Amino acid sequence: MADIQLKDLVKSYGPTEVLHHIEGDINDGEFIVIVGPSGCGKSTLLRMVAGLESVTSGEISIGGRRVNELEPSARDIAMVFQNYALYPHMSVRQNMAYGLKIRKLPKDEINRRVEEAAEILEIKQYLDRKPRQLSGGQRQRVAMGRAIVRDPQVFLFDEPLSNLDAKLRVQMRLEIRKLQQRLGVTSIYVTHDQVEAMTLGDRLMVLNGGYVEQFGTPIELYDRPASVFVAGFIGSPAMNFFPAELSGGQAALPGGGVLPVASAHSGTATLGLRPEHLMQDPAGPIAIEVELLEQLGANTLIHGRLPGTDLSITASVPGHANDGTGSIRRFSVAPELTHLFDPATGKRLED
Amino acid sequence: MVENRPLTAFLTHLVLILGVLAIALPVWITFVAATHDQLRMNQAPLPLWPGDHFLVNMKQTLFGSGLSGTETAPVWLMLLNSLAMALMISTGKIAISLLSAFAIVYFKFPFRMTFFWMIFITLMLPVEVRILPTFEVVANLGMLNSYWGLSVPLIASATATFMFRQVFLTVPDELLESARIDGAGPLRFFFDILLPLSRTNIAALFVILFIFGWNQYLWPLLITTDTSMTTIVMSIKQMLEAAEQSPQWNIIMTTALLAMIPPVFVVIAMQKLFVQGLTETDK
Repeated sequence: MADIQLKDLVKSYGPTEVLHHIEGDINDGEFIVIVGPSGCGKSTLLRMVAGLESVTSGEISIGGRRVNELEPSARDIAMVFQNYALYPHMSVRQNMAYGLKIRKLPKDEINRRVEEAAEILEIKQYLDRKPRQLSGGQRQRVAMGRAIVRDPQVFLFDEPLSNLDAKLRVQMRLEIRKLQQRLGVTSIYVTHDQVEAMTLGDRLMVLNGGYVEQFGTPIELYDRPASVFVAGFIGSPAMNFFPAELSGGQAALPGGGVLPVASAHSGTATLGLRPEHLMQDPAGPIAIEVELLEQLGANTLIHGRLPGTDLSITASVPGHANDGTGSIRRFSVAPELTHLFDPATGKRLED
Repeated sequence: MVENRPLTAFLTHLVLILGVLAIALPVWITFVAATHDQLRMNQAPLPLWPGDHFLVNMKQTLFGSGLSGTETAPVWLMLLNSLAMALMISTGKIAISLLSAFAIVYFKFPFRMTFFWMIFITLMLPVEVRILPTFEVVANLGMLNSYWGLSVPLIASATATFMFRQVFLTVPDELLESARIDGAGPLRFFFDILLPLSRTNIAALFVILFIFGWNQYLWPLLITTDTSMTTIVMSIKQMLEAAEQSPQWNIIMTTALLAMIPPVFVVIAMQKLFVQGLTETDK
């Protein structure tokens, strides 16, 4: 168990800086998810913590100990890879025991730990099989088993679920969460899937282009996104954005429609509205010209445009709907559920 | 391609049978010749069915001085020499290529690619091309008439290095990283992970290199002057020359038969691994 500090962390490949001055304090036992689009540097950051990538400048410390110069094996971490990285010629048991064997633990201690981990992960009956005889989900469990037996201070997960099918992913996601809560080991988890991030993380670090956009709890990110990027990335379906003119606590939308916002700013701003916060209201200020309906059963997504513009907007309404193309629906939004961003920097405008 | 046309089936079988005959007939004649006495082998027409002298010929060839009237070594010694040379060449080539491929793929050192291309260029320099300088070096090192002299100059192998490089490149990087996290150093990684993963490739290469080593002719001819160092492939040629007055075909053919056995044995024994090693691409 340990806390992790990232101090002014920079990674460059030659002259190209890919991670810019990352700061982050991770508490003991916390589950941190690093999330962002592909190429944002999230895997690089994780690999730097693991010791598989060198640190250009700044400092990583685990449990108060600077680890920049330490070999991965000396950092007391365990990592689960996207493609599992099981040794194909070793049985499940040997795979899990390999690290312990190298650390020269006594045989019965190794056996005990492997059996214990296999018990937790319910892979006991596969211990003598080779990885190729296992399904994707089982391999994933073995990879986690290999991490558990080491009894490390930190778990690192590098998109561990992206090779699984959708149903299994949901199931494994829950299991990872339960396992982490049970073992209480500080964990860093990298993913590009915002649902995975929201459900797993105690806190989320949203990375974009090598910068930390926001670092906070899932609800903070959802309720008060710090930038247009975070607002668009967190939440599904994604937030709607419009250019709006602010004055006197009201925002004027393109194509008409004025709605109250909880802000005293004036001038142009980017207005963000979550689809699920658009309330059906025949007298509401927001009109949607319906183009397409997505029936999800419990709710319906209405995709359309603001009349007279080509700005697209999505609303989520409960139950079923059967609006024809071109018909108009009207919505209103509670002022405290509107989000305003600076159109130049993309940063949130504080109320 | 599952077709059911009698004519096609007949034709394909005909071609295959002809191919098999073309290969098998000389081997059969060799075997037949090894079972007759010298007298019968010098009469026309050549016998097509085995005679009853097989064991006598075998005994005389293996433990006699081979051809009567010449000073060649007994054939069992030649077999042993050939075996030693072939094994030293094949294992030596594999060991050195594995290590150099390991260095080239997994270590970053200055002039890495230069070294790789230098190794690669030796493809253009088989022993036949560099035979005089190589002979000079081997002679100066006092390795004439020795197993070392027979094998060491043939051990460097660009082909095998290149092949192992390709094999190592298919091993996912995550395995190396995983091993690093597990605490395995480079040598441990090599022996615990890379070597077992290249098992089939090593076997395939062993088959090819063993036969390459076994069939060496020019180099052993050049550096062995002592009859006790003769290899079997050389000796067949020498026997033919010595046989000009009275060809002892029964003995020559028995020797040829004996020369065929070890490579055939190696191929049969390692056939499964051989095919896997050359076709399997997934690690």
